Amino acid sequence: MSKLLLKIEGLRAQIDNKEIIKGVDLEVHAGEIHIIMGPNGAGKSTLAYTLMGHPNYKVLGGHAFLEGENLLEMKVDERAKKGLFLSFQYPEVIPGVTVENFLRTAKNAVDSRKQSIVAFNKLLKEKMATLGIDESYAKRYLNQGFSGGEKKKNEILQMKVLNPKVAILDETDSGLDVDAIRVVAEGVNQFTNKDNAMIIITHYKKLLDYIKPDYVHILKDGQITQTGGIGLAATIDEEGFAGVNTN
Amino acid sequence: MERKRTVIEDVDRGVYDIKNADIAAYKSEAGLTEAIIRDISREKNEPEWMTDFRLRSLEIFNSKPVPTWGADLSELNMDDIVTYVRPKSDMKASWDDVPEDIKNTFDRLGIPKAERESLAGVGAQYDSEVVYHSIQDNLLKQGVIYTDMETAVREHEDIVKAYFMKLVRPQDHKFAALHGAVWSGGSFVYVPEGVEVKFPLQSYFRLNAPGAGQFEHTLIIVEKGASLHFIEGCSAPKYDVVNLHAGCVELNVKEGAKLRYSTIENWSRNMYNLNTKRSIVDKDGTMEWVSGSFGSRVSMLYPMSILRGERARCEFTGITFAGQGQYLDTGSKVIHAAPYTTSNINSKSISKDGGHAFYRGLMRVTSGAHHCKSTVSCESLMLDNLSVSDTLPIIELANDDIDIGHEAKIGRISDEAIFYLMSRGISEVEAKAMIVRGFVEPITKELPLEYAVELNQLINLEFEGSIG
Repeated sequence: MSKLLLKIEGLRAQIDNKEIIKGVDLEVHAGEIHIIMGPNGAGKSTLAYTLMGHPNYKVLGGHAFLEGENLLEMKVDERAKKGLFLSFQYPEVIPGVTVENFLRTAKNAVDSRKQSIVAFNKLLKEKMATLGIDESYAKRYLNQGFSGGEKKKNEILQMKVLNPKVAILDETDSGLDVDAIRVVAEGVNQFTNKDNAMIIITHYKKLLDYIKPDYVHILKDGQITQTGGIGLAATIDEEGFAGVNTN
Repeated sequence: MERKRTVIEDVDRGVYDIKNADIAAYKSEAGLTEAIIRDISREKNEPEWMTDFRLRSLEIFNSKPVPTWGADLSELNMDDIVTYVRPKSDMKASWDDVPEDIKNTFDRLGIPKAERESLAGVGAQYDSEVVYHSIQDNLLKQGVIYTDMETAVREHEDIVKAYFMKLVRPQDHKFAALHGAVWSGGSFVYVPEGVEVKFPLQSYFRLNAPGAGQFEHTLIIVEKGASLHFIEGCSAPKYDVVNLHAGCVELNVKEGAKLRYSTIENWSRNMYNLNTKRSIVDKDGTMEWVSGSFGSRVSMLYPMSILRGERARCEFTGITFAGQGQYLDTGSKVIHAAPYTTSNINSKSISKDGGHAFYRGLMRVTSGAHHCKSTVSCESLMLDNLSVSDTLPIIELANDDIDIGHEAKIGRISDEAIFYLMSRGISEVEAKAMIVRGFVEPITKELPLEYAVELNQLINLEFEGSIG
């Protein structure tokens, strides 16, 4: 089996004094694409935010390791530097900070080396082109005035530039039209290789028309209740979450 | 034009002599006296009208109360005002006495040693004689007068007499009166009709009178159809053992003329900065202010534009940064005193580590000033729960045939934004600095490049200093 990248054991987490994640176990190996589906309020985003280290989400128990290192003890930026990435469902607007400046700062931080501005701009241009993002976006303020689709593409752009080991996509497909979903999916497909892995949190099966996952997990009431192949997603699409085994 | 070349030995001896005289003659005097004022005037070899002006200002100063409507000035000892005006020799500044944080800041900003000592007020002015000369020659050819205030009083007496403290009068408030009595140093610029000064003039390049950093007077006249960009001050911290600053800036923009006045004031944290700045704009004239207020313990600073000619316009872009122990009371004032005048105010403030940023603005439209347009926007960013931000935009309208847009926003730095940036590998300190730099970006991009760089470096320093 290929290299174990992310290992989650008995993870429990709360927000606002309410336990949302109630013991999640998951192993993600290099080269894998995992889909996590589940009804609203099941804890999908909470799982993503807890792994990334959002200060409002408190870990109650369990472990998470990225390439054997204890993620839960790291600061948010350290997790990113270790190779974890989260694509946000609602990315923040940062006025006055250009996409280019932000991404160059981030790239230098995750790579722990200072790349020349020229070399970085070349890389950025290339990655923007693959996503069909106009060059002028490099000079725009981060997410300011971006449409929903532009924000999501921008998240995928960041993923491609920063080149993480494990990328979590939190409902990146939600609110997008079919064309935008296809662009996002293409971005994902171009990104995945035998050395990295991806966890895609989604509500809809639509994305699965373009992405071929290795595993589909059902997250319900803070636990993974079922794991299967792409067929599981099909069941959900036809019968809803009530149709799957809930223990 | 004759210009006296200032050499360092002269400056040093001058300072020494004055201090000796001071101690010998005025040791027992508590307040500011006529004798002190006469002495200041005599040292400067001033014409009689200026001596008289100083003395009248002194009377006004003595008759006015300390204003109580804004910052707390109770720790300014007005009975002992003479120590602010005439430092005793035991207060003589030396590089060793300059606080560490300021030395470090100089260091981090990469300012050369000679210049540091000058900025810190412990050495003679940084000698940029060569640069100064070339600018001077170029300007002379166009008939532009650019000199220090003392020289202007002697050599361009008529112009100075016609404008000096006509816009900011000693009667206006106690510190304007103090300024009138004890002013020293500063810049004088006269741009003749139709002359466009192509490059920004920086007071940085001018050799000042010794010890002139506290009560300096800036007088600028831009004649009909002429234009000028004047840059004053420096964003590196100015350290002074004497902690009262009461400068005065008077800007006269004539018909169809254009003046941009950019300044970043960054005083050491013991300073009371009570500066008065005003401009008057004639028909079709344009006044642009770019203003940064950093440092100081207390600042009260409200640059005012009086739009007295039809279609005169002004723009104000300002940033205030209040850190620990600082109370910065700043804002912009505009008087629309003629029809079809336009103003555009864009003010931002940041408060951090318990700092208090107070925006106090005034927009007044007189009865005859119909068809005026005004946009006022003030935004405040508080970086923690200790810090305070207030907004007091006063609008006074004497007619209703006007178009006004007003927007005020007070916010805190968002945890979500910090989390977002950190999730991309950016450290917490850098994330915060990045958000703040983004917040001030609309102002930074108005600044001359080297000032923009310094402003950003200052912001970075603020964060590194506090978080480690």
